[in-house]
Amino acid sequence: MKRLAVNRYKCGYCGACIAVCKFNANELVETYLEIYHDKCTLCMACVKTCPMNALEVVE
Amino acid sequence: MTDCDVIVVGAGPGGSLAAKTAAEKGLDVLLIEKRQEIGVPVRCAEGVGREEFEEFVMPVEKWIASEIESAELYSPSGYRVKLSADQAGNEVGYVLERKIFDRYLAMLAGKAGAEVLTKTSAVWMKRENGNVKLGIRCMGEFQEITAKIVIGADGVESRVAKWAGIDSTLKLNEIESCVQYLMTDIDFNPTTTYFWVGRKYAPGGYIWLFPKGKDSANVGIGVMPSMAERPAKYYLDRFVREKFPEGEIVEVVVGGVPVKGAIDTAVSDNVMLVGDAARHTDPITGGGIINAMKAGYHAGITASEAIEKGDYSESFLKRYDTRWMNDFGQTLVRNRKLQEKMLKLNDSAFDRLFKGIGEMPIGEMNVRRLALELFKKEPKLLWDLREFLV
Repeated sequence: MKRLAVNRYKCGYCGACIAVCKFNANELVETYLEIYHDKCTLCMACVKTCPMNALEVVE
Repeated sequence: MTDCDVIVVGAGPGGSLAAKTAAEKGLDVLLIEKRQEIGVPVRCAEGVGREEFEEFVMPVEKWIASEIESAELYSPSGYRVKLSADQAGNEVGYVLERKIFDRYLAMLAGKAGAEVLTKTSAVWMKRENGNVKLGIRCMGEFQEITAKIVIGADGVESRVAKWAGIDSTLKLNEIESCVQYLMTDIDFNPTTTYFWVGRKYAPGGYIWLFPKGKDSANVGIGVMPSMAERPAKYYLDRFVREKFPEGEIVEVVVGGVPVKGAIDTAVSDNVMLVGDAARHTDPITGGGIINAMKAGYHAGITASEAIEKGDYSESFLKRYDTRWMNDFGQTLVRNRKLQEKMLKLNDSAFDRLFKGIGEMPIGEMNVRRLALELFKKEPKLLWDLREFLV
């Protein structure tokens, strides 16, 4: 099944992905990006916004 | 009875100013910051204009990294426009050391009487009997705190906005995706800021170099996700390889900057939003520090009036909307429209414009004014922009 994955070695925990998510499918817990897969629709908004290329959709 | 009058979520410049202002008005204020160190990690290019900044806080040497006297802008083919403040007779801007500056402001809030808690996140929020209850996690321990008002200064990723039902989700053409390197071993004039514009460099944004003292500088980029085909980091790396191949990167800074323009409202019952949480950043420059401080001040004043009246309803708090709208909100609206026009310029248009201008004196660093000067050279664009030129 396809799902959104964060590469924690690339993530700069800037929160840009949260600002563009209209499904409330993510949260920045201090410096840890939490993704709520049940809410994520794979709309790609966060993937396109991430400055560090830390987000991708994986099988 | 509530535990305190006001909880401010987020100790950036907006939150600290709100907490300081409310505490000075005699309110019982709690300022919480999710990071264990206030000011870190930085998410900012750290530039501010001098005049407006000094209305809020007098500069202290320990957090002024550089004093800026001029700016240079480069078009895609390398035509340069110089902006100098020689005629103004003094520096036009500062580059801050945000790590120290943010702490300084939080300390001012503390000295004014606010209680400050770090490593403390807001976890949930609900309204109850006209008040507001906030679940917080303070150094790992859960607590519930009731207050009359919550001021959400919790940044671009604001949770308070979402809990409060204020939809501030950004579309892909309403945010700049940013990366910045603190670089050393590169050549620059320490009193000059540099900008590179055009799609070649930064689709939907620009590249900047802001000096931090003589030996290092913030070299960063913002791109608009709706226009960029690759991540911001790709474009910055390409630029750095070309311009500063010998430079060393000693810090990486990442951020998302709202360029939505003004939102309809930054309040709901018991809640006001400040700074990035309220999308208060300038759509053209991406600058947000001064607007955040202004908003923090207005929110603090409004909180004290609301508490004096015993009315924390959305309709009462609307006066905060009026205040920030009159102060800088109109400019956000105007600059958003101007930005939309600028985004239509292709690289050869930038080259033509820059070639035609060369050098111009300015009294203050004002990118909007520069944009207008640029467009005056291009009558077709001028007609498009007539509403901005009065």
